[in-house]
Amino acid sequence: MKDFQIKKSDTEYDAIVIGSGAGGGMAAYVLAHAGQKVLMLEAGDHFDPRTDAQQLKWPWESPRRGASTTRPFGDFDASYGGWVLDGEPYTQKDGSEFAWFRSRMLGGRTNHWGRISLRMGPEDFQPKDGLTDSWPITYDDLKPFYDKVDRLIGVYGTVEGIENEPDGIFLPPPKPRLHEYFIRKGAKKAGVTVIPGRGSVLTEALPGNKDRGSCFFCGQCGRSCKVYADFSSSSCLVIPAIKTGNLTLITNAMVREVLTDKSGLATGVSYVNTRDLQEHQVRGKVVILGASACESARLLMNSKSTAHPDGIANSSGVIGKYLHDSTGASLSGFLPQLMDRKRYNEDGVGSVHIYSPWWLNNKNLDFPRGYHIEYGGGMHMPAYGFGGGMQGMNGLVPGRDGKIKEAGGYGASLKDDYRRFYGTGVGMAGRGTAIARESNYCEIDPKTVDKYGIPVLRFHYKWAPEEVKQAKHMQDTFKEVMHGMGAIITSPLPGADTNYGLEAPGKIIHEVGTVRMGNDPKKSALNKYCQAHDCKNLFVVDAAPFVQQGDKNATWTILALSMRTAEFILAQKKKLNVG
Amino acid sequence: MNRRDSLKALGLTAISSAVLLDACKPGAEKEQASGMDSTKQPGRQDFEIERDKRLQETKFFNEHEITTIGILADIIIPKDDKSGSATDAKVPEFIEFIVKDIPTYQTPMRGGLRWLDLQSLQRFDKTFADASPEQRINIVDDIAYPNKIKPGMLQGAGFFNLMRDLTASGFFTSEMGVKDLGYAGNKPNRWEGVPADVLKQYGLEDMV
Repeated sequence: MKDFQIKKSDTEYDAIVIGSGAGGGMAAYVLAHAGQKVLMLEAGDHFDPRTDAQQLKWPWESPRRGASTTRPFGDFDASYGGWVLDGEPYTQKDGSEFAWFRSRMLGGRTNHWGRISLRMGPEDFQPKDGLTDSWPITYDDLKPFYDKVDRLIGVYGTVEGIENEPDGIFLPPPKPRLHEYFIRKGAKKAGVTVIPGRGSVLTEALPGNKDRGSCFFCGQCGRSCKVYADFSSSSCLVIPAIKTGNLTLITNAMVREVLTDKSGLATGVSYVNTRDLQEHQVRGKVVILGASACESARLLMNSKSTAHPDGIANSSGVIGKYLHDSTGASLSGFLPQLMDRKRYNEDGVGSVHIYSPWWLNNKNLDFPRGYHIEYGGGMHMPAYGFGGGMQGMNGLVPGRDGKIKEAGGYGASLKDDYRRFYGTGVGMAGRGTAIARESNYCEIDPKTVDKYGIPVLRFHYKWAPEEVKQAKHMQDTFKEVMHGMGAIITSPLPGADTNYGLEAPGKIIHEVGTVRMGNDPKKSALNKYCQAHDCKNLFVVDAAPFVQQGDKNATWTILALSMRTAEFILAQKKKLNVG
Repeated sequence: MNRRDSLKALGLTAISSAVLLDACKPGAEKEQASGMDSTKQPGRQDFEIERDKRLQETKFFNEHEITTIGILADIIIPKDDKSGSATDAKVPEFIEFIVKDIPTYQTPMRGGLRWLDLQSLQRFDKTFADASPEQRINIVDDIAYPNKIKPGMLQGAGFFNLMRDLTASGFFTSEMGVKDLGYAGNKPNRWEGVPADVLKQYGLEDMV
C-alpha cells in the first residue's frame, strides 16, 4: 500500500454539489446558469434516459419478464440500486425495521419516481394543532419558487382552490381511464374527494423549452423517458447544466467527509472513486449537500473536526433526529363488471390520472393530520406475476355459462379466465403524514463501516398510535370505496395484528427531516435558507431540511427549496457574505 | 418540442427508418461491429449483464424434469383457437430461467415434480411423463382445485398453484401471450380518454 495517496486538486470551484437528484440537480442548474463554476459529485454511474431508459421494451426482452430480482421495481425500472447495496450496509437499533432505498446513478431516485408532484400547503408549513414545530418559512415564502419550478419543469393538474392543496401553474391533465370512473363513483358514495392527478409529465409541449419532448403516453415513466417528457433530475437539470459549460460532473465519487479549516468553514470534500478506489480531495468556496436526507445526515455526522467535534453543523445534536417517512397502506381487488372488456390502448401517463387529496377535518377523528389516496388499475403491459393467484379470483364470479366455477383449475377454461379478468384489477394506496419525532432517528453506527471504510448509519424508528390509527382509517376508507364501486377485494384485510397494513418506515421512500431547518440554532441545524447555523458556506438541499412533511410527496418541495437556497447563495455571493 | 418531434427523437418516422435500413446494409454492419462492445447494454449495470450470462450458462432441471414441466404447462395452458400452447410459447425455458433467477422456487419445484411422480407411480406404476393423458388428468384433478382438496393432497395442490402461476407468467409475457390478451399499448400514441362506445357500454357518458 505504499502507493496509497490522496490526489488533491488545485482547482477551487465556486461550489461543490454532492448528489445529483432533485435537490443537487436543481442547485447545480441554478448556479451553473448564473455563471458559477460548479463541481458535482455523484456516487453512482452516469445515466442519461435518452440512451439508457428501458422504455418501450416488451416483457419477453427480459429473461425474467420484468421480475424484480435485481431491481426492486422490476427489470425495466430506472433505478440502479435498491433496498440493499452490496458492500454498503446499514444497521437497525432496538428491533427497528427501517427500509432505506438508495439509487446510485446520475439523477438518483428521480429517474424512476412516480412523478406525483404536489405542493405542501400553508398548514403543512405552519400546523395549527401544535403537535409539531412550525417551519421557519411559510407557504407564501416558498410559493414563488413552486411557481418557478412549475414553469421550468412542467406539471399537469387542475385548479381546484383547495386551501391546503395549493394549485400550481398547470399543463392539462390526462383524461381518466375506465376504472378511474368507477373509482370516482365509489369514492363519491364514500364521501371521498377525487380530483385530476398532478404529475411532472409534459402532456403538452413545455412553453419555451426546446430540449424536451412531449409525452407520447406509454405509461412507463418509471423506466425514465427517452424524450425527456417527464421530470428526471438527470434529463431536466444536470444534463442541461453541463451544457452551460459551467458544471463539471464526476460520477462514481463517494464522498467521505466535508473538509474544514481551523475556523470551521468548509473548504471542500474528500471522496473515493468507487471504481479504482483512488482517494481525492477537491476544493470549493461553498459546499452543498444533496445526497438524500439520510446520506447527507451521515456525511455531516462523519465530518468531525476540532471546530465541529460532533460532526459539522451539529452543535445542536439534532442531525439524524426527526427522521420521518410517509405512512403507507394499500388494498386491492377487481371490478367484475369490467370482465371481458374491450381492448384498446389506455397506457396513459406513468404518473397518476386521478387522486384524492385529504378531504376530512381532524376535529372528528382520532388521529392528527391526514393522507392522500393514489389509485391503480387497468390494462397494463403484462409482466412477471401476470395472472398470479388466479385460484383466488376465478371462483368468485360466474363463468361464461352463468354458473360459479370451482376456483383454480386448468386447461382451455382457465386460459379463458386470464383473458376475461385482464384489465379488471383495481387498487388504492394511502400516503399520509407521519409525525416528526425526536425519538425516530438515524445515527452513526459506532461499530460498522462500509466497503470504503466509511462509518454507516444505524436506524431507530418506531411507529406511534397516531400513525397506526391513520392506517386503520385508510383501510376502512378503502373498503368503503371498493364496495361503493362494486369491486371485489382480493388482498387480505389487514387488522390490528399487522398495524392495519401500515408499511415499515422507509418503505414509501419519502424519508425526510434529518438535518432540519429552524430559527433556533439549539433545536435545528440549518437556518431558514438551509444554510448551516454553524458553518455559513455549507448548505443542504435535499429533503433533510424538512421540519415536518405533509402527506404530499417530497420532490416538488425539494425542488422549490433547493432553487430558493441556490438563489440565496447567489445573492450572498454578490454581497460577498459567503464564498 | 411537440409530440411529432418526440417521435422523431425516438426514431419512429419514415426518415429515420431509412437511416436504420442503411445501417443494416452489409458495409455499415462491419463498421458498427468494430465500434461496439457486445458486452455493454445501455442502461444495464455490469453486474446484471454478468449475472444473466452466468444464469443462462447453468442448468437446473434435468431432462426428465423439464419434460414433465412441459406436459404440466400444456395441461394448464393448452393450444386453442386463439393461440398456441404453453410449450409453443417456450414456457418451460422461462421456468428453467426463473428458478435460477429466484432460487427460492428451486425446492418447491423440484420437490413438487418428485411428489407428482410418486403419486403417479403409486397409482399407475409409471412416472407422470410416462402416464397416459387420462391418467395424468386423474392426478391433476386431485390437485387443481384448492378449495376441495382431499387429505394428503395439499402439498400437491400447493405445487400446482405454483406451476399454474409460473405458467401464466411465462405464457402471457411471451409475444404470443401478449397478442392473445390483446394488450394494445407500448407504442407512441395520444391518450384522448375512454372511447365513446366504451363509455356508452358502461353508462358513463354523463361522467365525462
